[in-house]
Formats: sequence, structure tokens, C-alpha cells
Amino acid sequence: MRAADAVMECLKAEGVDVVFGLPGGANLPTYDAFYDAGIHHVLVRHEAGGGHAAEGYAKATGKVGVAFATSGPGATNLVTPIADAMLDSVPVVFITGQVRTDLLGTDGFQEADTMGITMPIVKHSFMIQHPLELPRALHEAFHIARSGRPGPVLIDIPQDLSRADIGYEPVTEVSLPGYQPTFEGNHKQIRQAAKALAAAKRPVIYAGGGVINANASAELTDFAIAGGFPVTCTLMGLGGFPGTNPQWLGMLGMHGTRTANYAMDGADLICAVGARFDDRITGKLSEFAQQAKFIHIDVDPAEISKNVPAHIPIVGDARNILAKLLVEYRELEPDASRMEDWWAQIERWRAEYPLGYEDSTDSEIKPQYLIQALYEATGGDAVIVSDVGQHQMWAAQYYHFDKPRRWINSGGLGTMGFGLPAAMGAQVGLPDQVVCAITGDGSIQMNIQELATCAQNEIPVKVFIMNNGYLGMVRQWQELFWDHRYSHVDMGQFPDFVKLAEAYGASGFRFVDKNTLVEDIRAAIATPGPVLADVRVTREENTYPMIAPGAAARDMVG
Amino acid sequence: MGEPGTKELLSLEELNAAVGLRTGRKHVLSILVENRPGVLTRIAGLFARRGFNIETLTVGPTQDAQVARITLTVDGALHPIDQVTKQLHKLINVLKIRDLEPNGTVSRELAMFKIAAEGPARSELLEFCEIFRGRVVDATRRSVVIEITGEEEKINAFEEVARPYGLIEIIRTGEIAMARGRSET
Ligand SMILES: Cc1ncc(C[n+]2csc(CCOP(=O)(O)OP(=O)(O)O)c2C)c(N)n1
Ligand SMILES: [Mg+2]
Repeated sequence: MRAADAVMECLKAEGVDVVFGLPGGANLPTYDAFYDAGIHHVLVRHEAGGGHAAEGYAKATGKVGVAFATSGPGATNLVTPIADAMLDSVPVVFITGQVRTDLLGTDGFQEADTMGITMPIVKHSFMIQHPLELPRALHEAFHIARSGRPGPVLIDIPQDLSRADIGYEPVTEVSLPGYQPTFEGNHKQIRQAAKALAAAKRPVIYAGGGVINANASAELTDFAIAGGFPVTCTLMGLGGFPGTNPQWLGMLGMHGTRTANYAMDGADLICAVGARFDDRITGKLSEFAQQAKFIHIDVDPAEISKNVPAHIPIVGDARNILAKLLVEYRELEPDASRMEDWWAQIERWRAEYPLGYEDSTDSEIKPQYLIQALYEATGGDAVIVSDVGQHQMWAAQYYHFDKPRRWINSGGLGTMGFGLPAAMGAQVGLPDQVVCAITGDGSIQMNIQELATCAQNEIPVKVFIMNNGYLGMVRQWQELFWDHRYSHVDMGQFPDFVKLAEAYGASGFRFVDKNTLVEDIRAAIATPGPVLADVRVTREENTYPMIAPGAAARDMVG
Repeated sequence: MGEPGTKELLSLEELNAAVGLRTGRKHVLSILVENRPGVLTRIAGLFARRGFNIETLTVGPTQDAQVARITLTVDGALHPIDQVTKQLHKLINVLKIRDLEPNGTVSRELAMFKIAAEGPARSELLEFCEIFRGRVVDATRRSVVIEITGEEEKINAFEEVARPYGLIEIIRTGEIAMARGRSET
């Protein structure tokens, strides 16, 4: 069997039901194998689109996403999705073609050192040096991508090696002596944590994307409800705890709610689960949650005490640990009344600082209202995929996510252009769900070519452009921190998105009136096939509240 | 301090102070890795990316052909070293890491000194060489090459001594280290 056909067998053995890619010279053998392999391949229009689609698929389904590209420019076009998957811990296997082994190192046509370029941004990578290594490398790649802290794994295959004739035997077990992620949390530490929580008077649970990755939302929710703890999530953790539950404080961090940030600031014990104390969460680190002790649950030991020293570290799988923590906590029969004052304080914050904005007095659509209208039109039940900018923060604030994997966005890298292809990937993974992309007039143009992919393959994503004519988030910073000097953020009204949608074979809409917006959105969602809706919103609206750069979380503005 | 992301000017002193926070005692890390291409690049890249400076680095085979040992010394405060070893552990090809305790470790480095040492100064230099248990491995009328083995400090000391005699060049291997006693490094 040809090595390229063995690649197909490996993909099937790994249960891959779709791959996203674009062929070229160096992966012609692999594409020849795709011809009759019976694997669903989606031909994207740009490799970055393919990479983000694989991420969107992975985030929506919890399965490993797969993206293919050729050597040189194909591979370098994957750099952004690889970095994105690294920072958000997304399990994706990237398979690139490479020039023939006799050309390696000679600056051959379309040669780039893909391994070297991507080394700092992968969880692991393989350069195939002998065709017989290929099946094992593939299975190891899937294992590494999905286990422990998930992440991107790259396999670079020289063209001639994929033409080699090898026998294929399924690899059933991988052996990676240097890679043994911890799954079970240390029992003593779990008991310690339960005790600390049972004694805490002002506890907060702070959950991140790790809860989503570990499929631990149910366990987190059970535990938080049983303990009566207030819960906040990071941008990546939204949906890990129901956004309509009374114990929900809202998102925390730079554009989180005051209640969530104040609660962190006033807490005596913070239980971090699958979260990494990023600078967008802590604000000024030296003034972050100064009264608190920290329990830190994470599958990656390197996250423990990286930014904030943990008093009780627990390394392992969040789902496993939270289930045990609940048992231990219950056994202590803690007295819930110890938190009464704390909850009273939280209620005061909530009453005093609800999320809000000043609505327009005419028919103008406020950007926040667009999200509220989308929430209403979808009954809160859509998969929302966001791009990067103000619209992302408003979507995170105003769409209340009750379930995991309903909120997909680029958090760590903040990649404009993520939204449309990721929505496409999510829709392919969840064909029966309504998948809506919320994007900006800037972000959408960074991967808009994937509308053609959606149209050709009948991938019915509904894209809503929150069109403010600006690189809005940058404009906001220039307004607030750089004396209103708007330097190169005004994009005018180019292109005409409705015409563009039609040219791509999608349905185009333009919405300008808030009074009909909910109905308009419903109609757009009911339209078959991909939809691109240009929603004109207030041009200069700021995302609030906000922890100003370098400020302490308690000094939120707006 | 110029706050991140704001237009406040950031002085060079502030930048330097932020970097200066990281220095501390010397650490010797003994790392067992899978003997594969690219592993050293991964390790070197990790250090560069996380802002750590490798002071010395040696790589060599072990008794197991599949496994190589990297010994490297780093200057760092205790906490970031902990971060570095944790990050190193995340590399799939890294099998084992020991942050060797200076007291529980024997360490050696080999250095070669090329020194001009012409005329009567030469015999004086050779006396020093003997005191340091060095060996002359090459000599011409205009130069000698002396080999010294020992701990880093000893080699530093010999350098001091040799300098006035017309030091032409020094080549050092970097430190290797082994845990004392029966246990494996
Ligand atoms: C690839 C990339 N380039 C630049 C940025 C910096 N950036 C962050 S938000 C933003 C503006 C995004 O504009 P738009 O998509 O219109 O969203 P808005 O903020 O207006 O809602 C920019 C340029 C980025 N995050 N990603
Ligand atoms: Mg915009």
C-alpha cells in the first residue's frame, strides 16, 4: 500500500469524519489518495480558512480537527491557525506536504522549513524521515493532540515518502515515554481543597477553557450548585456554567462584569479550574485578588504557579477532579450560612452594576442590542462563533451561554479572521444546529473567501457583521488611551457586503432598523444556505465595563 | 512606570529592571532526551522563547543508544527555574529532568588554553600548569596549548593565572555533572 493511502487508513482508524484542506505539488500523492478514500474532504479557499475550520470543528464537537496543506506557502498559511490552536488548547492535527527528500535543504521549489517555523507554536511535531514511520507518527499525533492539555500537532511529509510502498498495519497502541499526562488528581490535595472550600467565607469559582476541553461542565455545575458557590468564567470558559443560573456572576476580566471582578477582588478563596490567570483576567498582577488563597486545578502542571502562586495545586483532569471534590466536600457537611454575608455583598454589586448601555432613541441599532436580538431570535440556543474585536466582547457579555461548546472564539491569540471559517467547521461538525457567526466589518474580510466554500458545500452558516465601519476595538483604545488620535482605523463602507454575498452564492441582507431586527434575524436564519447579514450599528460605541490597561481589576471604568 | 498598552513613555531603565528580576543562583539541569533530530532545537527554542539564557550546554550519548543527555547550566531565580523545568517536561521528547543540587553533584568541565608564553615566562607558566594538574597537549616555539579539567571555578582560576602570559584563546566544553552516590542522575 502507498504511504499516502496508509494516511487515509490512519485517519479512518482515528474516526476522522471530515478534513479541511487545499492541495498542491507536495501533497499530490495524499490528494490522489483522497480521490477514492471515502473521507469527507472540504476544499477550502485558503489554508488559514482550513486551519480555523478544523479548529471550529474541534471546539464544537470535542473531536480532533484535521487540516491539510501543501509545502511552502500552503504550510506558512497554516501558521496563524496553528498558533491560535496552541494558545486556546485546541486539538488539531495539521498535515503538510514537504518537498522530496532529495530536495530538502536545497531551497527547492516551495520549500520552507515548516517544522522550524512552527516549532514554538505546536504541542508537538513530526518530520517524517522514513515512510515506515508514518502510521505510528499519525496515531501518536492524534493521541498527543487530544490528550492532556490538548493542542496542535503537525506532521510534515516529504512528497516522495508518501509515494513509497509500505505495508500498513494498524497501530493500536502508542508508546511515548516522555509524555504521560496526569489524569487523576492527587487525593490528598483534593481533600485539602474540599476543606479549604468548606471553611471559606468568600469563595469564588473561576473556570476557564479547560472546563470545556475536559467536558467537565456538568461536574462543575453540580459542584458549584451543591456548594452554593458563586461562579465566574473566562472568555474561553463561557458555557462551562449556565449563564442563566442565579449563581452566575458573569464573565470576568478586562471586559467582564463588575460583579465578577469585584468578587475576585474580595474573595478569601479562589478555586481556579482549567484557567491560567492570563493578563486579561488579572489586570495589574500585583493587585490581583490580594485577599485570596488559591486552589488551582489544571491538567498542565506548568500552569500551576506560573502567574499566581497556588496554595493548593491539583494537577489532573478537571472532570475527574471536580467529581471527587464534590464527594469530599459533601462529606464535610459545611454550613452554607457562612456565605450569607458574601452573597448579600454580591447581590448589592449586581444591583448596583448591572451590564447595560444607553439605547438609541431612534431606530439606530446599538451593537449590544444586536447581540440581545440574536439571543432572542435564537432562543439562546444557537452555536455562536465570534471573530475578534468589540463585537466579540459584546457577544460574550450579552449572549448567555447555558451549555458548553456553544461559544467558539479565538481568545488567546485574538485572531481576526477566525470567525467565518471556524463557524464553517462548527457547522460541518454539527449539521443539525443553527450556527451563527458574529463578526466585525474588519475581521470578516480576513477570511471572507470561505463564503465560497460554504456556498459550494451547502454549509448553512448565518453570518452577522456588526458593521461599525471601524476597526472598532482599536478605535476604542485610541479614543480612551491615545487622546482620540484615530490612526488608520476607519474602513468606510467597503465592500458592499450584500453584493459580495450574492457574488459568492450566499444570501445577502442589510439590517438598519432596531425595531424589526429580531424579525430580520429570524428571517435570515430561516433562509436556507449560507447567509451574510450586514448589520449597521452605532459607529463609535465603547465596550464597557473595562479594566484599563495596567489597572487593578477593582478599578474598572465605564 | 509606563503602563502596558498606554501611550506613556517607557524608560530604558524600566525595561532593564524588568529583565533584571530574573537572575539568581546557577542551576545545573541534567536532561535525558530521546535521541532524535530536532530535539536540541526544541530545547534551545524553548529557552529563548521564555526569556532564559543558557550559559553552558553539552550534549552527548548515554549508555542507551536511544537516549541522549543534555547538561545545561542556567542563571535564574528559583521560581522561573521551576517554570523552565515544567515547560521542558511538556516537550514530548524530554524523558527526565534533574535540577542538580550543587552539594550533591560532582561536575567537570574541560578547557583548552592557547597561550603565547614565550621565553623564560614559559617555565613559570608550566609550573602553574602542574599546580592545576593541567597537561600540555601541544607546543610550538611561539605557543603552548594546555588542557585543564575541573569544576568551573578551577578553570576560571587558571584563566586568571594564564592571562598575563599572553592568552591567545580559550575553548571550554561547558559543564557536565553527575549526582553523587548510587542513584542515577
Ligand atoms: C489578525 C489581526 N490583526 C490585527 C488585530 C488587532 N485588532 C484587534 S481588534 C481589531 C479590530 C477589529 O475590527 P472589527 O472586526 O471590525 O471588529 P470591531 O472591533 O469593530 O467590532 C484589530 C485590528 C488582530 N486582533 N488580529
Ligand atoms: Mg468594526
